Amino acid sequence: MAGAHKFDQVEYYKPEDLLALDYRPPETGWMDTPVDFRPGTWIYPGKPKHLEYLDLANPRQWAPTDENWKLPENWKEIVLAGIKERLEKYRSFKIFMDICVRCGACADKCHFYIGGGDPKNMPVLRAELLRSVYRNDFTTAGKILGRLAGGRELTVPVIKEWFYYFFQCTECRRCSVFCPYGIDTAEITMMARELLNLLGLNVNWVIEPVANCFKTGNHLGIQPHGLKDTLTFFADDIEEVTGIRVDIPMNKKGADFLFVTPSGDFLADPGTYTCMGYMMLFHELGLNYTWSTYASEGGNFGLFTSHEMIKRLNSKIYAEARRLGVKWIMGGECGHMWRVLHQYMDTMNGPADFLEVPTSPITGTRFEHARSTKMIHIVEFTADLIKHGKLKLDPSQNDLLKVTFHDSCNPARAMGILEEPRYVLRNVCNHFNEMPENTIREKTFCCGGGAGLGTDENMEMRLRGGLPRGNAVRHVQQRHGVNRLTAMCAIDRATLTTVCDYWAPGVKVAGIHELVANALVMKGQKERTINLRLEPINEVEEQPICEVEE
Amino acid sequence: MYDTGKIMTGLAAVLVMLTLPFWYSAATGKAVEKHDPVLPKTEKKCVESRQYMRDSHMDLLNRWRDAVVREDRHTYVSQDGTRYEMSLTNTCMKCHVERAQFCDKCHTYMGESPFCWDCHLDRKGVL
Amino acid sequence: MNAFLSLVAVLAVMLAAYVGTGVLDAKFLFGTVLPYAAIATFLIGFIYRIVDWAKSPVPFRIPTTCGQQKSLEWIKSDRLDNPHDTIGVIGRMALEVLCFRSLFRDTKMERHEEATVVYGPGLWLWIGALAFHYSFLVVFVRHLRFFTEPVPYVAVLLQRVDGFFQVGVPPVMASNLFLLAALAFLFARRLWSPQLRYISLASDYFPLFLLIGIAGTGVLLRHFVRTDIVNVKEMAMGLVSFKPAIPKGVHWFFFLHLTLVATLIAYFPFSKLMHAGGVFLSPTRNLANNNRMVRHVNPWNAPVKVHTYEEYEDDFRDKMKAAGLPVEKE
Repeated sequence: MAGAHKFDQVEYYKPEDLLALDYRPPETGWMDTPVDFRPGTWIYPGKPKHLEYLDLANPRQWAPTDENWKLPENWKEIVLAGIKERLEKYRSFKIFMDICVRCGACADKCHFYIGGGDPKNMPVLRAELLRSVYRNDFTTAGKILGRLAGGRELTVPVIKEWFYYFFQCTECRRCSVFCPYGIDTAEITMMARELLNLLGLNVNWVIEPVANCFKTGNHLGIQPHGLKDTLTFFADDIEEVTGIRVDIPMNKKGADFLFVTPSGDFLADPGTYTCMGYMMLFHELGLNYTWSTYASEGGNFGLFTSHEMIKRLNSKIYAEARRLGVKWIMGGECGHMWRVLHQYMDTMNGPADFLEVPTSPITGTRFEHARSTKMIHIVEFTADLIKHGKLKLDPSQNDLLKVTFHDSCNPARAMGILEEPRYVLRNVCNHFNEMPENTIREKTFCCGGGAGLGTDENMEMRLRGGLPRGNAVRHVQQRHGVNRLTAMCAIDRATLTTVCDYWAPGVKVAGIHELVANALVMKGQKERTINLRLEPINEVEEQPICEVEE
Repeated sequence: MYDTGKIMTGLAAVLVMLTLPFWYSAATGKAVEKHDPVLPKTEKKCVESRQYMRDSHMDLLNRWRDAVVREDRHTYVSQDGTRYEMSLTNTCMKCHVERAQFCDKCHTYMGESPFCWDCHLDRKGVL
Repeated sequence: MNAFLSLVAVLAVMLAAYVGTGVLDAKFLFGTVLPYAAIATFLIGFIYRIVDWAKSPVPFRIPTTCGQQKSLEWIKSDRLDNPHDTIGVIGRMALEVLCFRSLFRDTKMERHEEATVVYGPGLWLWIGALAFHYSFLVVFVRHLRFFTEPVPYVAVLLQRVDGFFQVGVPPVMASNLFLLAALAFLFARRLWSPQLRYISLASDYFPLFLLIGIAGTGVLLRHFVRTDIVNVKEMAMGLVSFKPAIPKGVHWFFFLHLTLVATLIAYFPFSKLMHAGGVFLSPTRNLANNNRMVRHVNPWNAPVKVHTYEEYEDDFRDKMKAAGLPVEKE
């Protein structure tokens, strides 16, 4: 591999090297094949200061390549007690430990297996890493027959293997779609990561955002005044594009609804353009809403840590809605955030009986499907607006874009919000093409960077995990000239940018509301010549050398 | 959320279904009822040994059928050298006069529906 | 290796049955004690396993959604693959249990030239699984004729349909052929595919060999190694009426069949075969995706340490005030 670059840089990896895939398993059985911590495949451990701040176990300096991981003395006891506790608390865990028949239907469904060929990235084998210990210590057959019954003793190498492979799962749930019993590797990975956390084993790319979020309200650690500055910059850019100055209501009591979005939208392109899109939409409709600096994160890296941590971080949303006295809550475009909001929030921190059923102030639509949780997805809101003809849209303003849509894992497989984004997209752009059907909707492929894996030091795994998605993008790029991949997920917007640059160069990534805002005809706007990226919206030839107006 | 009620109902239903033969037997009480076929009073010896006839009479009859219908052979020589005409009606039913008292006893007991009677009449002319 | 060990185990069971009944004449042990013990083990084990699962709560509602959610009125929701109510869940579970819906989705990944990965349909496992389960069900129901008196019409009818082509005497049962073919396929794919061979445990081969043994001895008993089935039924009826007796004239070969069945029954609750019960309890399938409509209650929902707004404002009050953001306490 190339010399001048380091393993955390994309250039270090040549596609032909990554594609020299060998799906044949090694000669040695999986129980006898130790894990190889080669650079580019694993993530740096959580820094002790973050663990200390969060009261997590065993804060210390360590590295996965160290021989001694400085585990607590009674580590084995801790893990076995942890398994027992979780078996008693989660039927899912018990069932998924017990009923797998190893039919192999999940094997070639995992993006890491498809792009990497490591047999332990087959969902079935990933689960067996934990299941083998469960069988050895918690089942009659395993206690008597041991290895013959598929059991193996819990040892330090097993723990190392868990750390490696359970931080090579993006909890995307694609395998669970194909499993005849619905065994969900995300659930197993969540349990395994909880167990690892009991020993102080986690990754910094997860635990730092968690600590930030706990303290400042968002993963990126943006402090209240910083958030105000950020949104003000966005307002400046919006004014440049449209000539209109949008309001930025923050921590406003008595607003109709609280708006929460992943903090990735505040900082990293192209998520920022999506965030501008939200602001333009709300302004154009004259909505009485508010941002919050305390609940300034929709995403929840607690999901990649433990159920307890999900609840600790998520509590801010209802608490802030109550403090501000809003009627309901709206959430922005994010993936795992919506898994938490849809499947965990109400149970963990509800009931939200102090809120009202979300109702669109523009169309009057009552969002009955959110009558308990009181929180709706912005794409549901926008789809309703468009259906009622409440938005003036000029899709030709997106004419330079040949668009396709990537279903993000959690909205697709933990919610089923499939049609709303497509409906919106078809109304805001003129060129829309789907990727092959086995790669979209509930069968969508992960970006390869979800569940806290979207950092750089594991770049090899990200590129491998991104291969299936990148491949499908390239397919529509070649066939339909697609140059814009839309996705309603902040992690997608960050990581798919890398994936597309690598596997389908020329395709850029955007959020849905970036395209909505570009097509939105606002009252009193100046003639639109550039989009939110400050790029011309028409062919360059027609535009005498585009100079950005000052 | 436990859904204990639903699970226990389902479990009970499955267990009842899987143990159905036990309940069925208790309900009908016919488990050990005599089903013995009525043996002919006149003859003591069948074409072949008793065990062979019990295990494999269907095989014998099938071969008879093939011999007569397809090869036009009509005589069967048994293990002990006795010659018989290969005929269900004329040989078998000469002794086992009543189908209902002999054949049907076991066939009904076993839920068998042999296709002999698709063509053959019993002596009373019943198919 | 795992396959070999399992084969040895199944052969050992058969050998024990042969020695016990063909050499030693311990027919009471193999014909009465063993079946009762197996049934008792099964019942107690099965109940234990289900109750054990039921004792753990389902703290969160985590269905895997495989279709459009129920949201806006004008968007048609996918009621079976993403049910939002009980009727939908029943439909989804029925499809899953009766038609193996999820296996039907199966795709097969193939590498094409250069960087292209293609996902074609992969229906073989679905076909094999359906063929196995349904032919086994038919065989199971047909065997009711040994355990019921009078024989229910459904069992008689099923037998007639199964032997519709009237090949041989007694007629060959189509279900037997399907069963053996399906088992052979399921076994062959485990050996054939390097990936499957890699993940297969002894406990994956053992039930396969047991089933192949059961089906094989069953077919042999029907067509080649005849025994007087009236005697066999008398024995079976003795068992179900709790008046066990071993009639004379039951061939030792039959006890191979019976012993394998008893082994399977007793093994069932302690093995992966419990997927039969577990699939009904799988939280990603048996829950409605009505999360935002109806609150799901977690019985152990424990309080956690949170960072309250007050603490947050204490941390950042000055900065908030400087930025003109409203605060609770001046």
